[in-house]
Amino acid sequence: MGAGATGMSVARDPAASILPLSLEGVRYVAGGAALLSDISIRIEAGRRLMVMGANGAGKSLFLRICHGLIEPTAGRRRWASGEARASAQAMVFQRPVVLRRSVAANLEYPLALKRLPRSERRYLVACTLDRFGLTPLADRPARLLSGGEQQRLALARAWSMRPQVLFLDEPSSALDPSATRIIEEMVAQFSDEGMTIVMTTHDLGQARRLAQDVAFLHRGRLIEHRSAAEFFAGPETLEARAFLAGDLIW
Amino acid sequence: MDGPFATAFSLIASGDPALMQIIGLSLRVTLAAVLIACVIGLPLGAALALARFPGRGAVIVVFNALMGLPPVVAGLVVYLLLSRSGPLGSLALLFTPTAMIIAQTVLILPIVVSLTRTVVEDLWAEYQEHLRSLGASRLRAVPTLLWDGRVSLLTGVLAGFGRASAEVGAVLIVGGNIAGHTRTMTTAITLETSRGNLGLAIALGIILLALTLTLNAAAWGAGEWARGRLG
Repeated sequence: MGAGATGMSVARDPAASILPLSLEGVRYVAGGAALLSDISIRIEAGRRLMVMGANGAGKSLFLRICHGLIEPTAGRRRWASGEARASAQAMVFQRPVVLRRSVAANLEYPLALKRLPRSERRYLVACTLDRFGLTPLADRPARLLSGGEQQRLALARAWSMRPQVLFLDEPSSALDPSATRIIEEMVAQFSDEGMTIVMTTHDLGQARRLAQDVAFLHRGRLIEHRSAAEFFAGPETLEARAFLAGDLIW
Repeated sequence: MDGPFATAFSLIASGDPALMQIIGLSLRVTLAAVLIACVIGLPLGAALALARFPGRGAVIVVFNALMGLPPVVAGLVVYLLLSRSGPLGSLALLFTPTAMIIAQTVLILPIVVSLTRTVVEDLWAEYQEHLRSLGASRLRAVPTLLWDGRVSLLTGVLAGFGRASAEVGAVLIVGGNIAGHTRTMTTAITLETSRGNLGLAIALGIILLALTLTLNAAAWGAGEWARGRLG
């Protein structure tokens, strides 16, 4: 299991914490094939967990089941708050999803969904624009931003919802190195503020830079979940060792 | 060039009251039909895109097929509904502009529904995970998707307007082409041509063409502007 140490929590009231998140015996079957099997994991508050594995290992699916976009075929997902699907969570996707409206309107949309009053929405949007240096882009149509800017917007939008846990699915795999660095800095900052990070990546360098804990998936099974220091010093399993060595594993 | 063309231009230039009345009625009927078709068709098309129910495929096929519904058939159906012995005969709507609006709505609705469904389906495929991640229900997603598809939808609505303003069969059957009451540009062209009164027919033809051109230019311009402005 993970290193267990809990960092500070974003939640002001500790009783309201939605973490840890537990998956118990989660299995997901599609078209007769088991894409995830026997996944049991406890995701602790305040940590940066990198979910690693080869293409097709089930990383994205794992993330979507954690987030609640997909229900497992068998097994349970349990939030500490007891909610079926916790509201204090957000997700950023590989391809940034931005609506065909201005940057500011993109930031305001999720706040409107949460039925926040207009004045509060405006205030939070202004804070978010300011914090992420997006104010000069506020009125620009979001679809016309570069890929890196769109992903920055997606992260800023996620941040503005003040989630306790943020899921990121390969957030920089479509971006160039400088945009990637900005995204990584944002993730590290969110984490420093106490946000729990669960992120998939197949970029080893990125995983080394960001991980506090590592969950390693292989063919739909969780075969390692340890602190990053331990994992990178010497994985227990052959598959993880081969993955770190850059071998193609199936 | 003396003759029908000269007559046509002098009718247009002088703002002939009969001509203006016909143009006014045509626009009123078609605009009202477009408006009603949008109010019904936009939500219906979006619902059809997002809802999953048995028989959904059949409904989609029917709406697609209805896009090619011959106007005379639409006219006939509305005629049967509104005629004195029909189910809605007591409303005494036959041979009124209201009947023409109903008939044209029937013609435009399938276009609006089918186009909206396609646009919203594509957007939903793109936005689905994000919107669900934010906790938006399918119902809540409908206005979001309609708004984000606004440019494509406008093109469809203008196509509907084009179809309605150009058709003659439906308004002729349910309107009766009564002078000063239910005579539109297309029905007037039909009648005046058969009478040999080519001046008025040509004048109306020119105006109808100009209207179609203007609309298409507006649609194209709006699309280009939006592509540059909204991405």
